[in-house]
Order: sequence, then structure tokens, then C-alpha cells
Amino acid sequence: MADVKKVATRQSYGEALKELGAAHPDVVVLDADLANATKTEIFKKAFPDRHFDCGIAESDMMCVAAGLATTGYVPFASSFAMFAAGRAFEQVRNSIGYPHLNVKIGATHGGISVGEDGASHQCCEDFALMRSIPGMVVMSPADDVEAKAMVKASYEHQGPVYMRFSRYGAPVIHDAESFTFEIGKGEVLRDGADVALIANGLLVAETLEAAQLLAEQGVSARVIDMATIKPLDEELVLKAARECGRIVTCEEHSTIGGLGEAVCAVIAQHGLACPVERVGVNDEFGHSGPAGELLEQFGLCAGHIVKVAHSLFS
Amino acid sequence: MTKEEEITLRKTACKVRIGVLTATHGAKAGHLGGSLSAADVFTYLYFRELNIDPSRPKKVGRDRFVLSKGHTAPGLYAALAYRGFFPVDDLPTLRHIDSYLQGHPNMDTVPGVDMSTGSLGQGVSCACGMALGLKKQGSAARVYTLLGDGELQEGQVWEALMFAAHYRLDNLCVLIDHNGLQIDGPNEKVMGLGSIPDKLRAFGLNVFQIDGHDFQAMEKAFDAVRQVKGKPSAIVLETTKGKGVSYMEGQVGWHGKAPNDEEYARGMAELSAQLAELEAV
Repeated sequence: MADVKKVATRQSYGEALKELGAAHPDVVVLDADLANATKTEIFKKAFPDRHFDCGIAESDMMCVAAGLATTGYVPFASSFAMFAAGRAFEQVRNSIGYPHLNVKIGATHGGISVGEDGASHQCCEDFALMRSIPGMVVMSPADDVEAKAMVKASYEHQGPVYMRFSRYGAPVIHDAESFTFEIGKGEVLRDGADVALIANGLLVAETLEAAQLLAEQGVSARVIDMATIKPLDEELVLKAARECGRIVTCEEHSTIGGLGEAVCAVIAQHGLACPVERVGVNDEFGHSGPAGELLEQFGLCAGHIVKVAHSLFS
Repeated sequence: MTKEEEITLRKTACKVRIGVLTATHGAKAGHLGGSLSAADVFTYLYFRELNIDPSRPKKVGRDRFVLSKGHTAPGLYAALAYRGFFPVDDLPTLRHIDSYLQGHPNMDTVPGVDMSTGSLGQGVSCACGMALGLKKQGSAARVYTLLGDGELQEGQVWEALMFAAHYRLDNLCVLIDHNGLQIDGPNEKVMGLGSIPDKLRAFGLNVFQIDGHDFQAMEKAFDAVRQVKGKPSAIVLETTKGKGVSYMEGQVGWHGKAPNDEEYARGMAELSAQLAELEAV
């Protein structure tokens, strides 16, 4: 996919916030001294009086966002995934989740593709943490087009939303003109009958490539972009299980508590005999390195997905 | 404040304390000590200071109160009930299964509660967000938040105070219930706080330190706070934990314990006698 345009979805987040800010005066953006990295600086430049830097104090930021929401503003609280979902977990749980306040969390730098900063900044636990909060919507977009649509959809949604964006460029796979986004709905990007590859974030483009490779080897793979992890599109998962009989989930997240386990739970609950393999980070920490090399090393790439898919046929 | 108004507030505070005892006795649990030390400031806020309307708890333009030390919900609930937000008769359902009176304040179930709290250190940050929002909207509404002294050990409190000073939230007033005791003992033995007023001043707040059981002093401080421009204010309330019930006063053991039937009867007798005395004035 070398010739495909790549955009880091954190950039999409910043640009979408600016568009949203122009359309809705109640949108305010909070950051914790990372506006340059989370790209909320794009919003800040356009609407300096609606951007509030909270300093390096993510816990405070989440609760300030909660307070702002009670006065009618729609705050987008932004930091790296590690600090938004990790450090401030309890603030998100108690001050945003419990009162079900209308706060949107824009978490950038998710997963190991953070790269050189290493394990301390590579959050592979955020889906698990955020999924466990009642009423929290949890999403991660595949590309620029989906990210922008997701930010707009999050504004329209009443209640807390967690969105994870990437630092690393993602190939643009959606057509901006025709694309529509709905929270809680997966999207079949490629049909197939032998195995379903269900992915989100950076891994969506990898599964498309994997499906192509599998096709060349005589295996028909369905590719589903499951941008919303919670609420999960159970119907689409069950359909894939029934029609394909095999599933591989792919995410830049721990295999514990993320999309993979969410898919497994649905299949188990319905008693379907459908084996599931989970491609993700296998209960280990990441480490420093260039993002592309890390993704390869941790098996978060088309080649490994192909191998895992084949294992379901043996 | 006239002497008569002061007596009225003292009578109301007495009723709020009766409400606290009734609620925690009914719950067979709950945080008495800090509810009683803060009963006077709850009374002052809800019966003198706050621009609120019990018939319209979510009224736009109302003043806000965030109980950052959420465990003293019995005190807040008693004040809200006597102010008319919900029936006083419901107080004994505190902490019961399916009661709307949750163990810690829940803004979605309790009329008059502006923020769900309970996890220490968070309410003050939420109050900052409210103050910022209201200020941006050009609202004249003010935001008050009450913290425990032990709560000051939470690092988030200081993040919030930096935020309040940085954004010049002069519509925010931070109240500290300084009764000197927390669960494991005196503040200074558990984790020394040093001079609370000095710390608050160092963080850019305009600080008042008063007797937290003296309504005349409260009036002076709250009136002065409203005149402060360009910076947030704090009022350090010097209080007695368990205030109003002789055998609970200054006793750390009454931080989070409910009275048994006998203790309840004794406490109610004391408070009823205080009320009768005030009625006779």
C-alpha cells in the first residue's frame, strides 16, 4: 500500500475539531500540555478562547471537562491514550462515566505504534479500561475519513465517548465523498466466505492487505472495520461467524480486554461453534523502535494475519 | 446579620444535625463526624448564601455547590431536605437498597445535587470546570465546593487549585472543613498538612480563615469573597468534628460510624434540647 496516501488520525482529530468548532459554539477543547502532539493546536489556532490548557494534570483535566459539561458545553478532553485512559481512569470512571456526562475523550498515541517513546507511552490497555465503564462508547478509526466522521458523530451522541487515534500514518482507505459513519455499526470492507477478519484502527488496512494475500492463496476473507468496540455490532459479528465459520480479530491492543475478547464473548454467548484467533499484543509491554518495525515485530501486520488465518484451517 | 437571623440559622443547623443523625441511624452506616462539623456551613450555604430554587433544582443561572468531600453526604442531604428539595422523611432511607439517597452524592438521583462525588480530590476539579463554564457564559452564578482537610492530601486538589488561579476563577470559592481529624487519626500524624492557609495562598488563592461554627464570621467571609476579583477564594473553616453531639465531638472514631439505638437516642436528646433552648430565645 506504499502508493496510498497516509494520514495519522491524530491529525484528523485536530482538523475535525476545528470543523466542529466552527459549526458548534458549545464545543470546547481541553489539553494537558500536548496540544502540539494531539493536534488540538489546530483547534486552538482557530478558537483560542475555547481551548483550555490544563497543564500536565490529566486527572484534573477530566474532572474540569465533567464540570464544563454540566454547564452545557461539549468538552473534548485530549491527551495521549496512556494518560487519558490510564492515568485518569478513575476520574473518567467517577466524574464522567458515573454521572454519564457529555464529555468526549480524544486520546491520541494509542498502541505500540507510538514508536520510539517506548513502553511507558505505548498504551495497549485503553480499550479494556474504557469498555469496562458503563455507558462509555469506545471507538478507534481506521483512517482519516473515518476519524473525522467519528469526531462529528461523537458530538451528536449524548453521553461519554472515548476515541483512540494514532500517531502513525494510516493509509486512507475510505472515500470521503461516499462514506457515512454510525456509532455501533461495523462496516464490511470486503466480502468473503471462508474467514472473517475483524479489525480496527491501523490494523484495518493490514487486514485488507491480508485478505488480498489470502485470496491469492485461494482463501476468501471477509474484512470488517469494527471502529466501534463498544457498543459492539453484535449482529455483524454473528453474521460473520455463521457465514464464514472462522474469525480473526486484529487490533493494536492487548489481546486481553479489547475487540478480540468482545467478539469472543458475543460468539460464546450465542453458542456458535466458530473458532476465533486474536491478533494483538500478547500480554507483554512494547519497547522503543520505529513504528513500522514494531508493528511487524509484534505481528500486527498483514503477513502475520495471513498466518493466523491459515492456522484456523488446520 | 441580625441576632434573630443568626438564631434562625442556628435552629436550622440544629435540624440539619438531627437530619444527619436520623439518616445515619436509618442507614446503620455513614459519615457522621464530618457531616456534623460541616453542618453549619451546609446551613449557611443553603439557607443564606446560594441562589437556588428547590422547586427548580436545575434552574439555569443557579449557584452551584459541589461536595468534594462526598462522604459527608448525610450533611448535604439533610440540608437539601430541610431546604425543601425532597422530603425530610426520606432521610432514613440513606444507603438503603433502591433509595435515591446513595451513600455518596449522585447528581442523577438526588434533587439539588450538582455533581456526583465521593472519590476525594475530584469534586474541586469539577467545580473548576463549572466555574470556567459559567464565567465563559457571562453568568453571575457562583460555584462553591467543600473539601475535607484530609482531602488536601490528594494531589489532584493542588492541580485543581493551580487551574483555578491560572484561569482567574473569581466565581469559585473553595471551602475547607478543617476539623483536624481523618480516618486514621489527626491530620498531622497521618500526613502533615502544615499551614493550610499558607499553602492556599501560595497557590494563588485569596484566603479567609474563620470559626466554622460562627454564622456572623461566615457572613463576613462570604460577603468578602464575593468582592474578590481576578482570583479564586478559599475559606478555611476551623471546626470540631462531630460538632453538636457531646460524645462525638473531637472523636476520630465517629468519622464513619453510625449510632446504635442508644447512642441515637442520646444524640437526639442533646440536639432536641439545643433546639428547644434556641426556640426559647
